[in-house]
Amino acid sequence: MSDPGRVITYVDAGVEALREEMRRDDSIVYIGQGIGPRGGNFRQTRGLWKEFGDHRLRDTGICELGATGVAIGAAMAGTRAIVDEVFLDFALEAITQIIQQAANISYMSNGKIKAPVLIRGAMGAVRNAGAHHSHTFYNWFANTPGLKVVLPSTPYDLKGLFKSSLREPGPVVLVEHKSLYNTKGVVPEEEYLIPLGDARIVREGTDITIIAMSRMVDLATKAAAALAQEGVSAEVIDPRTIVPLDRQKISNSIKKTGRLVVIDESPSSCSFAAELLAIAVEDCFDDLQATPKRICSLPVPNPFSPVLENQMIPSVDRIVSEIHDMMKTVRRKC
Amino acid sequence: MTERVLTEQKGQDMLLDHYKKMLELRLFELKVQELYRNAMLPGFVHLYIGEEAVGVGVCSNLEPADLVFSTHRGHGHALAKGVPADVVLAELWGKATGSSGGRGGSMHMYAPEYGFMGTNGIVGAPIPLATGAALSAKLRKKGQVVVCFFGEGAVNSGSFHEAVNLGAVWNLPVVYVCENNLYATEMAFQRATKNTSVASRAAAYGTLGVEVDGQDVVAVHEAAQRAIQRAREDGGPTLIECKTYRYVGHHEGDPGTDYRTREEVQEWKQKDPVKLARKRLLDSGAADESKLQAVDQEVEQLIDRAVEFAQKSPEPSANSVTEHVF
Repeated sequence: MSDPGRVITYVDAGVEALREEMRRDDSIVYIGQGIGPRGGNFRQTRGLWKEFGDHRLRDTGICELGATGVAIGAAMAGTRAIVDEVFLDFALEAITQIIQQAANISYMSNGKIKAPVLIRGAMGAVRNAGAHHSHTFYNWFANTPGLKVVLPSTPYDLKGLFKSSLREPGPVVLVEHKSLYNTKGVVPEEEYLIPLGDARIVREGTDITIIAMSRMVDLATKAAAALAQEGVSAEVIDPRTIVPLDRQKISNSIKKTGRLVVIDESPSSCSFAAELLAIAVEDCFDDLQATPKRICSLPVPNPFSPVLENQMIPSVDRIVSEIHDMMKTVRRKC
Repeated sequence: MTERVLTEQKGQDMLLDHYKKMLELRLFELKVQELYRNAMLPGFVHLYIGEEAVGVGVCSNLEPADLVFSTHRGHGHALAKGVPADVVLAELWGKATGSSGGRGGSMHMYAPEYGFMGTNGIVGAPIPLATGAALSAKLRKKGQVVVCFFGEGAVNSGSFHEAVNLGAVWNLPVVYVCENNLYATEMAFQRATKNTSVASRAAAYGTLGVEVDGQDVVAVHEAAQRAIQRAREDGGPTLIECKTYRYVGHHEGDPGTDYRTREEVQEWKQKDPVKLARKRLLDSGAADESKLQAVDQEVEQLIDRAVEFAQKSPEPSANSVTEHVF
């Protein structure tokens, strides 16, 4: 049996991306709370302070507004900067700087000032953290012109996309998922990059297209495996980046299968899932065999109770059951 | 101290330069006011009339490579940092030749080629940005200094607190210049805070704060000179509070008389920075009336040329609307 390659965790894939890029580009400065000697709340900067020191690993107090503005200002002045919000929830403290300053600066300056800043934060439900530490509002950033939005779902994708994001001319919001940090996957030792805007076909299929992001990719893959046992061939696609979006690959798949279901940890109303359904309608209307569907978190703040939170978030069972229903319908063309 | 400076030729020349630049700022804003009232300019404008000594006194110490971050009341800062009047006015007119090609306007104009890192529509927001630019300057070790202008209306915001704290603890080459014109839109400073001394707040961050007469260009220049030198020598940030006043309303269209008395406005006009500099030049014998008239005429012509340039400039191409987003 051939060696599948080195296996590391999602969080370590991020550390590796950072170490390689900080060695390659000595202008990179990393700003955030607890990212120095502590190595990050999630161990997401473990070992970096020892190599790069206080100068480039800028530990701050709890001041996301100031720290994010400082990172953006440094980027405007020619220093590539990373600001770690740690929990994506905490980016809300800094949202004015991200939306009003970072996202707008290239346009407002007629392209004369670029802000190569990477805004990093981990989203989503993990271990019943409750409403203040579980938000998944990545789609808000995607609705803002000027921001690129990256949502890696595997260690391999995280490393390749992180490295590419650190070579972008402008701001990138890199949204990890807290419950993915300890997941493992194959990550080659040799250097590689994954371009932004290149969706990944996780599993090929012919009967239905399942699009899922971040942690939901794992659920979609499990659901697809269960459906395969019943003879339903599901194609699973992970867009990997929301902006830019690989619309072509997504549309091609929907045209091929005639069915679309989107799995999203965000609530459905005004969501990225809604955008994908709009794409299905705009690009693939004549090819649709069934009404496209969204399987999203219920529109409630994340509850603390495990029973309630499990009820809120999509599950493999719910995905399989909804797809069963969809497979029963065949849309007749008039 | 001011009089001592004037006895030297260098001091006299410098004051004449200050006078000329302040007059440029004043006449520019009066022209903008006139154009705006005649519905020639789109958008909103916040005029700098009355505060010229601050922008000129500070920026006259800066090198071209030094950076300035400004506010919603920022035309004067742009001009003081060396951005030509034509491209500032063309931007206010939304023209393709403007500093942002018409994509920015009054509150979002950028000219990094002159070290001008932008006016800003969000009060307080430039303070973290300037602090970050100073971090960049420190990391790049180029001896660059960053100046951040803001009004007293910004100092009760979280942006001010978080940024000045980081600037101080990291000993960054940044000078925080507060233009305390007493009113944030219509809100009097003493109604907004119990501590009306902005300079005293520096102590909260363990850094240096100074207060200066913001209508006296020489006093501002000297205070800024010390702060900029301190920043350049890795001495850390200084918070300079310039006591100043805007003669006009918050924005063009606000009469500015609902929340302050006409007497108060008149009182401040007695301390007009442009007139004060003119008088000082005449009194000290540094310049006579005919010399100053020649300077006045030169500045008037500069403004006239800017109007002609901006008015004749082309509009941006409508099809270019999607360019430069990323």
